[in-house]
Amino acid sequence: MAVKKSEAALDPLFNNNPIALQVLGICSALAVTTKMETSVVMCAAVIGVLTVSNLTISILRHQIPNSIRIIVQLTVIASLVIVTDQILKAYVFEISKQLSVFVGLIITNCIIMGRAEAFAMQNPPSLAILDGIGNGIGYSAILMVTAVLRELFGSGKLYGYSILPTVSEGGWYLPNGLMLLSPAAFFIIGGLIWALRVYKPAQVEMDG
Amino acid sequence: MANRQATGYTLLFATAICIVCGILVSSFAVSLEDLQDENIALDKQKRVLEAVGLLQPGEPIDEAQVAERFAPIEPVLIELASGEAVDGETATFDQQRRARDPATSAEAPDNLAKVKRIPDRALLYEVRGDGGELEMVVLPIEGLGLWGTLYGFLALDADTTTVRGITYYQHKETAGLGGEVDNPRWKDRWPGRKAFDDEGKVSLAVIKGFADGPEQDPHRVDGLAGATITSNGVTNMLEFWLGENGFEPYLNRIRAEAN
Repeated sequence: MAVKKSEAALDPLFNNNPIALQVLGICSALAVTTKMETSVVMCAAVIGVLTVSNLTISILRHQIPNSIRIIVQLTVIASLVIVTDQILKAYVFEISKQLSVFVGLIITNCIIMGRAEAFAMQNPPSLAILDGIGNGIGYSAILMVTAVLRELFGSGKLYGYSILPTVSEGGWYLPNGLMLLSPAAFFIIGGLIWALRVYKPAQVEMDG
Repeated sequence: MANRQATGYTLLFATAICIVCGILVSSFAVSLEDLQDENIALDKQKRVLEAVGLLQPGEPIDEAQVAERFAPIEPVLIELASGEAVDGETATFDQQRRARDPATSAEAPDNLAKVKRIPDRALLYEVRGDGGELEMVVLPIEGLGLWGTLYGFLALDADTTTVRGITYYQHKETAGLGGEVDNPRWKDRWPGRKAFDDEGKVSLAVIKGFADGPEQDPHRVDGLAGATITSNGVTNMLEFWLGENGFEPYLNRIRAEAN
């Protein structure tokens, strides 16, 4: 299976987006996208973990015994996530407080294990890194669009700065509370998937 | 290369991975621990400063400034049941750990704040003026909200009744709904309210809808829209921690000393 470098990095953005096409990693996409600030840190954490886990698994791919490969992948990923969580707690404490359990839940983010099993196990390290970065950015793109919409309409702010002055702050905008609840992220992601499939009809799943 | 399917090789590989990952994780945890503890301690100090009004929420502040503003604030360790001050290390005092340890805590009677265990000791803060007279006390409060326990501080005036401020340093409430306990505008509604009625009963509730100003409506605070359970949680934890199982003995002692 020959994969070109540019394909490994760019395909996950639109052609094979982990959230929009594969519908993976939805849990965190719902949980951390109420504010841009937390989303940015979450995206950085996922890109970091995904890249390093892909690299590690790819280097070890000829050594990992087939019978325990899933648990080995999980061990590597879990270790990386714990290390990431520790670093966040040490250097960006305020934000890590807001992300709370969701950094830890990167362990269960299907995108990371999915890429380890589907890509890193079969491809050399250089490609695996690109695949990790590409999928991380593909995930981040969806997260950031969702976060912008939710923060703007849910609290009238962008990255903590007031854009639409809300009624409770003496302005005119009555925030849409629904945007801050998880279902709003479902609606937005659903809308994005729809838009992407109108743009690229090949992604539409056929019946039968 | 060894046979990758052999049981011996599999066991060896699993052991090696565990050791490498274990070393990686623990070395990060150990080397970053000091920094993390500093962050936690600093964050708590900031929240205390917020509760007493010496720090505006969101105001950027560095460590030295926190230490400077903290000068009039004295941590005091008390025995909860008697309200008397006791000797002990305040810097490393961990009330939550103490409440978990059966040797240093007791089971709480059934309460609305869902506090399960009461520690024997509590760490609070006394704010003193230039002449050494007591100006405020800052009490740690905690109780169940919607998603988890809220931890915070309540600052009372030296008269032990007038609220000077409230702040939370740890909670898991929904951002924008229950998470509005962090909203400075909501916290601004607290100072001036009265925590006790004329008979000395705890009387301060977060209500549904709007309350009048502290003068006309001293025992009620505006509810958080869309967050009834968090609002009730705040009411319940005030009731518990200002009551007989909480800081009532301590507050009684302060009142007696003032007279």
